[in-house]
Amino acid sequence: MRRFSWFNATSLTLGFAFLYLPMIILVIYSFNSSKLVTVWAGFSTKWYGELLQNEDMLNAAWVTLKVAVFSSTLATVLGTMAAYVLVRAGRFTGRTLFSGMIYAPLVMPEVITGLSLLLLFIGIGLDRGILTIVLAHTTFAMCYVSVVVSSRLTSFDRSLEEAALDLGCSPFEAFRLVTLPIIAPAVISGWLLAFTLSLDDLVIASFTTGPSATTLPIKIFSAVRLGVSPEINALSSIMIGIVTIGVITASLVSKRAAVARARDEQAAAGA
Amino acid sequence: MRRFALIAIPYFWLLALFLVPFLIVLKISLSDLALARPPYLPQWNFGDGWEALRAFFADLDMENFVFLSEDDLYWRAYISSLRIAVISTVITLLVGFPIAYGIARSPVEWRPTLLMLIILPFWTSFLIRVYAWMGILSKEGLLNQFLLWLGVIGEPLTILNTNTAVYIAIVYTYLPFMILPIYAALDRLDDSLLEAAEDLGCSRIQAFWLVTIPLARNGIIAGCFLVFIPAIGEVIIPSLMGGSGTLMIGKVLWEEFFSNRDWPVASAVAIILLLILIIPIILFQRNEQKQREAEG
Repeated sequence: MRRFSWFNATSLTLGFAFLYLPMIILVIYSFNSSKLVTVWAGFSTKWYGELLQNEDMLNAAWVTLKVAVFSSTLATVLGTMAAYVLVRAGRFTGRTLFSGMIYAPLVMPEVITGLSLLLLFIGIGLDRGILTIVLAHTTFAMCYVSVVVSSRLTSFDRSLEEAALDLGCSPFEAFRLVTLPIIAPAVISGWLLAFTLSLDDLVIASFTTGPSATTLPIKIFSAVRLGVSPEINALSSIMIGIVTIGVITASLVSKRAAVARARDEQAAAGA
Repeated sequence: MRRFALIAIPYFWLLALFLVPFLIVLKISLSDLALARPPYLPQWNFGDGWEALRAFFADLDMENFVFLSEDDLYWRAYISSLRIAVISTVITLLVGFPIAYGIARSPVEWRPTLLMLIILPFWTSFLIRVYAWMGILSKEGLLNQFLLWLGVIGEPLTILNTNTAVYIAIVYTYLPFMILPIYAALDRLDDSLLEAAEDLGCSRIQAFWLVTIPLARNGIIAGCFLVFIPAIGEVIIPSLMGGSGTLMIGKVLWEEFFSNRDWPVASAVAIILLLILIIPIILFQRNEQKQREAEG
């Protein structure tokens, strides 16, 4: 059995300290009672209280959540379709352009995506607000979803679909009853990825938003440009907490699913 | 019919919201600044017919690009973005490799947990991860307090709002992108190759340079591109961590658009940024392709 060598243990310890210490410090200082963020003056939860009173922040959080739910759902539908087209549709006119348009947004700098969408929205006279952010987020997130889903689609056994078709399923039924359950984990992780990308996005949202819709990252950005503030520390800590719980839950669930699958396979092999 | 709809819906979505906007940027980069709304000329309406379209194309010119090439602010911004991106990629590699190596050499049952700990920060807000460093690096920040307490320095260092802070933030936020591909390459590495090298008289360090590094090459290259490409166009990090001396092209574009409201120049900056990125992107794609072929 392999053990940690002295060198590897040191590099891992230092590496994880580098990754986690800044966030741990941030969380600790969100409980600091002093207005001066860097001077410790005793434990207090008052910044969390003030955060809950801050109507602007709550509003922004609500806008962000709405945008993320709509855009990630739309992106999942479109991205799954796009992945299916890329992997299964065979040749059609403009296929190269299509796959180019799927991969290009992944490497496109956010400033360019944001700028170009803003110019489009102004060009067609669409009022900027929640709708335009949703459109923008859907467009880049669907590309991420389609990459995640298409890798799953490529790896699964096509004869299962063919068997369903032979047994009298319509193509749509074959998709719903066979393909979808198999690619479901990829579709779900695609949705989660799209959701996080949308929650997180500052640059594209700044370009495509209007005065009526301020998202949380925009709000945080304009606050922290002026310097560190305890209220932002509290807000960050809440967000870090939600993500940590979410990721740990997801990994436990998928671990349990993997164990169950292994058991099923073993049972099937034994029978 | 159903197949047509399946292809057409995502296709037209991307045409309308990716390709067309991009062509608009290209067009506006060739237009002139005007004191109107939208603030650029020429404009063209569908109703005006072919004659107007010809006149419209005749009005487009390379003026903004000439302007960019003459004003050395833009040159300096491009060069300095490239430099910052290269330096931070190298530092990220130096920090990331030992971590990836450590995970790949750790006991098997530990690996999923260690990997999850690498990925976890990626799900946390980018903005918050950058922000976390502001409190540490500022003049009254924890790092300075700590160093003063140790007696290493006599007076607080200025780190925030310098390029050093930009490097730290880029390394910190992009580290997972470096670690994961290197780990994937190292994980596939067959231990018996190292044993063979040692049997044949290599020292462990020689075996590392002659066997491990060449076999991890594709992972290293992929990791470097995954850090380098987004780092060039970075906006948030130079705005929050950099100072007035930090020039990065993403930030210049941002300011050109939001502060100066010069849309044609902002669009021209965007086009050139993209031209700079095309070479690394093509190299990256080729590396990925080679890797896929090697595996298949």
